[in-house]
Parts: sequence; structure tokens; C-alpha cells
Amino acid sequence: MMEISVVDYGSGNLRSVAKAIERSMAEADILGQVRVTADRGHIQNSDRIVLPGVGAFADCQAGIRAIPGLWQVLDDAVKIQGKPLLGICVGMQLLSEVGHEFGDTPGFGWVKGEVRMISPSDKRLKIPHMGWNNLIFCDQPHPLLDGIKEGAHAYFVHSFAFQCTNPAGQLVSVDYGGPITAAVGQGNVVGTQFHPEKSQAVGLRFLTNFLKWKP
Amino acid sequence: MLKTRIIPCLDVNNGRVVKGVNFVNLVDAGDPVEQAKVYDAQGADELTFLDITASFDNRDTIYDVVNKAAEQCFMPVTVGGGVRTTEDIRKLLLAGADKVSINTAAIHNPEFVREAAQKFGAQCIVVAIDAKSTLADKFEIFTHGGRKETGIDAVEWAKRMADYGAGEILLTSMDRDGTKQGFNIPLTRAVSDAINIPVIASGGVGSLDHLYEGIANGHASAVLAASIFHFGSFTIAEAKQYLLSRGANVRDPNAQETEG
Repeated sequence: MMEISVVDYGSGNLRSVAKAIERSMAEADILGQVRVTADRGHIQNSDRIVLPGVGAFADCQAGIRAIPGLWQVLDDAVKIQGKPLLGICVGMQLLSEVGHEFGDTPGFGWVKGEVRMISPSDKRLKIPHMGWNNLIFCDQPHPLLDGIKEGAHAYFVHSFAFQCTNPAGQLVSVDYGGPITAAVGQGNVVGTQFHPEKSQAVGLRFLTNFLKWKP
Repeated sequence: MLKTRIIPCLDVNNGRVVKGVNFVNLVDAGDPVEQAKVYDAQGADELTFLDITASFDNRDTIYDVVNKAAEQCFMPVTVGGGVRTTEDIRKLLLAGADKVSINTAAIHNPEFVREAAQKFGAQCIVVAIDAKSTLADKFEIFTHGGRKETGIDAVEWAKRMADYGAGEILLTSMDRDGTKQGFNIPLTRAVSDAINIPVIASGGVGSLDHLYEGIANGHASAVLAASIFHFGSFTIAEAKQYLLSRGANVRDPNAQETEG
């Protein structure tokens, strides 16, 4: 039975994430248990980790740091234990090396790049980038995109975005007055700027792919 | 390309949908969760619950509704009505809401919006503005269902709320609400063009053409309607099909975006 930890550090709509994973498991006939947790033991013993996050980069980073040992447990889970980890929204931004929202804040650095305010070339475009946008796949096919058609829509709400310094780390982009990173990946870590738990069939398919993924 | 959102709204009183209509295959028309699932299946881009429960004793019923909807609908959910404290917001977000809409409380205490945006993030704070035309090119905020004037200019107020950290404005044309005559387009356009956060147009939708007008001429980022969807006049998919035929930029309800 697969154990999935949704990391609870006080940020984000954790219940929606957990419920969407449960639905994905049911649709894919995967037996498993989803736990919303900050418990180091649970995370160390789980098979897969989901790191959600909403709000500001610095607040989310501080939220993880505020729970003793959590940062290290996550870092070890990814780098030493090699567990598959999915970051969502600000959880995805935290995979980067540094975020530039309210000063410079270091991220986990698992995916090369930094997080900056979006600045669409067309100044009439509103910020936050909020709503459904078309996914544009980058060159290399990734197992997390299996069964999702190019141009499929996903739901976004954000004002800052991931800028990959290693082009290989960028899996998906969207167009919003220029390209914006929609998904990143490096080794056993993936992240989505969009909310799979709010993206109806496309999002559930992405979550199923994450559950089946063998990086 | 970012799509214009079509948002059905369900009015909820004491945990039940107001004037529920029996859609095909709907077991309980008064059950907000059943209605929400129908909209989800029709390809709604978001869902809004407006809690109109007056009795204080029954105020908690909305949490149960949101809780159950979040288990079954995988789209963004906004809850409005009676949001007065950060504790109200915290409870709604924990129940599974993605955004909360603040209306009267923002007028009484604008700092509440700033506090809420700082605490929970701008992305989940919607400020609802109910406004009417008073003079030509002049729009004023009204409270108490449009009966009480405030003297507050709607455009200036929207700018201030954006400055305070609102992530989005839900703009209701109070002089059109319930009339089925369409949005107040000059109001919608004036607010949409004045601020750099998304504006949801609401109030007065009686036809699909009204939705198109709100997008094309009102410059709204999203359009919200209750009765045309709720009373079965049109499905969300029919509305989107119509808007696509007019050249509006909405998510195609018939597109199969996954395979295998």
C-alpha cells in the first residue's frame, strides 16, 4: 500500500490536495493512504511526498523552517532517500534556489533557477495570472505528462514565477505576455505552478501520473 | 492563452440551495453539493457559493457545504457572504474554499482586507463591490442589497482594495441585479480598466449575449451568473459554446484534453 504525505506547514488548501490524490488513486486502482502531516516519521516512511503552498515565498519558507527538523527531513527524503516529490504552486517555487518576493529567500535548490515577479510584455494583462491557461510542453517528453494533450488547460493563480537557469529543468510553459514556467522537474523532483487539484480531469491525470512515476 | 472564466454562483441558505431546480439525474435539487457536481461536469471554470443564511445559529452550515463540495469538485471554489473576521476566512479555507469574498466588512473596515491578504495571501482574497450608476460616468457603492448609498466612488474603491492586497474584484451591477437586462457595462469597463487585478462581472445576466457583452465590452476577466444556469435555461457548456461562436476566448467544453 502506497503512503503519500501531503506536507502540512500551515499553508494551502491541503484538504483539496489530499482529496484530489485520493480520487486519482481510486481512478487508477492504486491502493494507498494519503496523510496530511508535518510528522517527520510519517514523511520519512512515506513513498511519495507532496509539498503544497500558497501565499508568499518567504512566508512558506519560514513556515517549513518553523517546524523543527522538517526542512532537513524533506531535503534528505529527496537527496538521500530519493523519494518522488511534487511541489504545487509556491511549493513548486520552493524547489528553486532563491525566491525574490519580499527580499531574497533561499529555497531547497533541488531545481536550478529562481523565482521572480511576472512581468507580461502586454501591460494590459492582469496580475495575478489567474485562471485556465494552455500547457505548452517543452522538448523532452516527461512521464508526468502521459495522456495529457498538448494545449490542455490547467488552473493557475500566481504573481511570481519560476525561471529555470537549466533549460532541461523546464517541462511545461504557458503564454502570458511571454513564456511562464508551468512545470519543472529534475531527477525525482517535479513541480507545477498550476494547481492539479483544481484542474479537473487534466489535474487528476497529472496526479495519477505522479503516483505511478518511477524516477 | 489565459481564458475568460465562466463562474456559476449558488445561493445557499441554511445549507440548502435557494430555489433548487431539478436537473436531469439530480437526486436532490436543494443539495448544494449535487448542484456543484453538475456544474463541475459541465466544465465550469470556478464555482461560487454565496451564503445568504441570516440566522446566526445556522451560520456554520456553510462549512459543511464547502467541506463536501471540496471532496467532489476539483475546481476552484469561492465562498462569499458573512465573511467578517480572519477566523471566518481561516475556517472557510480549512473547509476547502480556495478564495473568500469580503463585502460589507471591507466597507466598515478597509484594513480588514489588508490584514486578510497579508495573513492568507492575495490570491484567496476577493473583494465584492456592489455599485450603481448615479450620474453619467459616475458609479457609487451601495450596501443592504442596493438600498443604502455610501458615497464611495466604485472605481476609487476598487483601486484602493487592489492596493490593500485584494487578489480579485467581484463587481456586481446593483442597478441590474435580478433584472435580466445585462451587466452595467460602463461600470464594469471603468473598474476593469482602472485596476491591474482581475474583475469578475456579476449582476443582471439574463441571456448568453449578456455574458459576451461583459467580456467584450466590459473587459471583465470572468463573468458570474446564478439564475441562467441554475434555473436550467442554459448549461455552462451551452454558454461556452455560444461564447466561442462569438469569438470569445473561453475553455472549450467539448475538448477532450486527456487520453488513454
